Amino acid sequence: MMASAALLLAGCGPAEDTPVLTWYTNPDDGGQAAIAQKCSDAAGGAYRIETSILPNDAASQREQLTRRLAAGDTSMDIMSLDPPFIPELAEPGFLAVPPSEVAEATTRDTLEGALAGATWRDTLVTVPFWANTQLLWYRKSVVEEAGLDMDGPVTWDQMIQVARDQDKELGVQGARAEAMTVWLNALIESGGGQIIENPEAPADEVEIGLDSDAGRKAAEIISTIGTEGLGGPGLATQQENEAMLLFQGDSGSFMVNWPFVWPATNASAEDGAVPADLPEDIGWSVYPRTSGDTEPAPPLGGINLGVGAASEQQDLAWDAVECIVSPENQTEYFVTNGNPPSSASAFDDPSVRERFPMAETIRESLELAAPRPQTPYYNEVSTAIQQRYTPPASVDPETTPAETGQFIQEVLRGESLL
Amino acid sequence: MSSIPTTVPAVDAEAPDDPSGGRGRRKAPRSERARAEARLGWWLAGPAFFIMVAVIFYPVLQAFWDSLFSYRLTAPEEREFVGLSNYGVIFSDPVFWSALGVTTLITVVTVFVELILGFMLAMVMHKAIKSTRGLVRTVILVPYGIITVVSAFAWYYMFSIDSGYINNWFSWVPGFDGQLNWFAQGGSALFVIMFSEIWKTTPFISLLLLAGLAQVPDDLSEAAAVDGASWWQRLWRVILPNMKAAIMVAVLFRALDAFRVFDSIFIMTNGAYGTEVLSLLAYRTSIGRLEIGLGSAISVVLFLLVGLLALIAVKGFNVDLAGGRGGRK
Repeated sequence: MMASAALLLAGCGPAEDTPVLTWYTNPDDGGQAAIAQKCSDAAGGAYRIETSILPNDAASQREQLTRRLAAGDTSMDIMSLDPPFIPELAEPGFLAVPPSEVAEATTRDTLEGALAGATWRDTLVTVPFWANTQLLWYRKSVVEEAGLDMDGPVTWDQMIQVARDQDKELGVQGARAEAMTVWLNALIESGGGQIIENPEAPADEVEIGLDSDAGRKAAEIISTIGTEGLGGPGLATQQENEAMLLFQGDSGSFMVNWPFVWPATNASAEDGAVPADLPEDIGWSVYPRTSGDTEPAPPLGGINLGVGAASEQQDLAWDAVECIVSPENQTEYFVTNGNPPSSASAFDDPSVRERFPMAETIRESLELAAPRPQTPYYNEVSTAIQQRYTPPASVDPETTPAETGQFIQEVLRGESLL
Repeated sequence: MSSIPTTVPAVDAEAPDDPSGGRGRRKAPRSERARAEARLGWWLAGPAFFIMVAVIFYPVLQAFWDSLFSYRLTAPEEREFVGLSNYGVIFSDPVFWSALGVTTLITVVTVFVELILGFMLAMVMHKAIKSTRGLVRTVILVPYGIITVVSAFAWYYMFSIDSGYINNWFSWVPGFDGQLNWFAQGGSALFVIMFSEIWKTTPFISLLLLAGLAQVPDDLSEAAAVDGASWWQRLWRVILPNMKAAIMVAVLFRALDAFRVFDSIFIMTNGAYGTEVLSLLAYRTSIGRLEIGLGSAISVVLFLLVGLLALIAVKGFNVDLAGGRGGRK
């Protein structure tokens, strides 16, 4: 900022009348700022992208973006958006719809799961930038002792049994936070169910699918891990980072988590915070199955790029988006910041394989991944689930799903506080 | 904040002008001088008064108006007048009553403990020898100088199960579970939250009490001692009654603050596991859920409760601050 201001004052650098696009980014390791710089240079004076960093967690990012969009802020040129909140912003028309040529050019080889999270009412309303998914991470020593074949499918019941037998702990996320909804959704989708049966319905007609076979099975898994203490003593406040610490410790066995744990664990091993040979004991496969004979539906995360409907520079913004999400940039972002691409071809780069040996598993997982409920009322649905499914030890497979479903409907009808 | 103690009057400054003691006063024609003074008063205080009205009453009225609507920020065209039904939802919901209960518990416990600790610290500061007085006061005031969010994070990390050292330090205590997850159930989480609040704001109370203590004339205490009053009797019969106004200000300010507690809980538990308070509920409804109508209604209720609290404190202590003759009436 200071440097560019100085350049402007000195009369060199980009001309003063270069349009400036603001890109609201989620915090990362500087990768989005680097891409912004690269695209500004490539634009040859057509535009310049300035990044503006949003708060740390997804919920606070949503709060800030929604308030600005609702107020008609004209600076919302490009936004990094968490997919679950896209319907809420698309429904009132806060997001500009990408021109068909931009949509065509940016989604040519987008992975299935990522594309599903970018649309609302069958229209592409955002452009996938990077896609995230959870893998099943395991300690090879534990698996070996249990005699499990990790090349074949693994179920939650098997993992629970191994943890019981060997007195180990499972790295799952049982905190009252978004991570809980991520877990529950993956369990239910893997069992062939859905949290919301009719996601596009108005608030008072939403049907909740928690009290189904898949929903009760999911509650049973959460409840078993909670009541038997298989998630460790900190389960009720455990999010992704805490689960990773548990998994790295002596009682680690299995963990479901995003790929960031791989570079993080390697860095800890280099620093000496964990044993240097720990990374060699870590293996990975696709997300565990809820039942033995159905493919799993791993969690889907990532970031999509949206353009504000009130932005005064939408054409330039879409040009910039097209530049930002190019497969080369996605590859570079994966290698430097650890966030997996949403484009299939971006996985082919040799540097990706070198830094992320599990890249193929991630790509496979992204093909299977299922988005969280796509509804304009996602925040209500997710918060209600978090309140009723935490602490995991309090979940009763017989009553919790039905009660939560009723609670969500009451909240959506405006009859209950949340 | 430093101006607060000066508002605690101990002497009847206006008494000579108004021998009737403020009760049943008759309207006498005002002199030219009195009128000029009143005019000057308006010139001096008027701008501040109008700014206060603009920045306080306008949002309060707007919030009350919004609370009569079913209004979601992301669905502005569905905004609909619903009268008082938002209040009906609030008062019939156990979530509100439990948040009110937790808020009240935090207020009562923290204010009570802080008042006792604060008084003790005020005595220490009052009695400290001149040469060390500055140092003692600075040391006592350090926690109050720390930003609440920072202090909340510090307390959170101290007690957190994976990175905290409290579990480690106290694992030798018999009956204490070294694996206690402090923030996983209401009781222990509230304990940490209240502990951090007390640690942080006791200095504020002690500062207010110190101002009151300094205004109790030493000769009163000495005279009582000569008459044979014990230390305890002097404290209860002489010192405390003479600093009633200071105590009231301390209790009032802290109670209002404690009732609106937000930062510590937002950081430590975000309202999970029975630690939800009213201000957090209002925040989550207005800002999180974007339900402007329902959220405004909660804010209005919170505002009225705070007003009620102030009224009870002023009436309960029976001191008239504005009249400039605090102490007794």
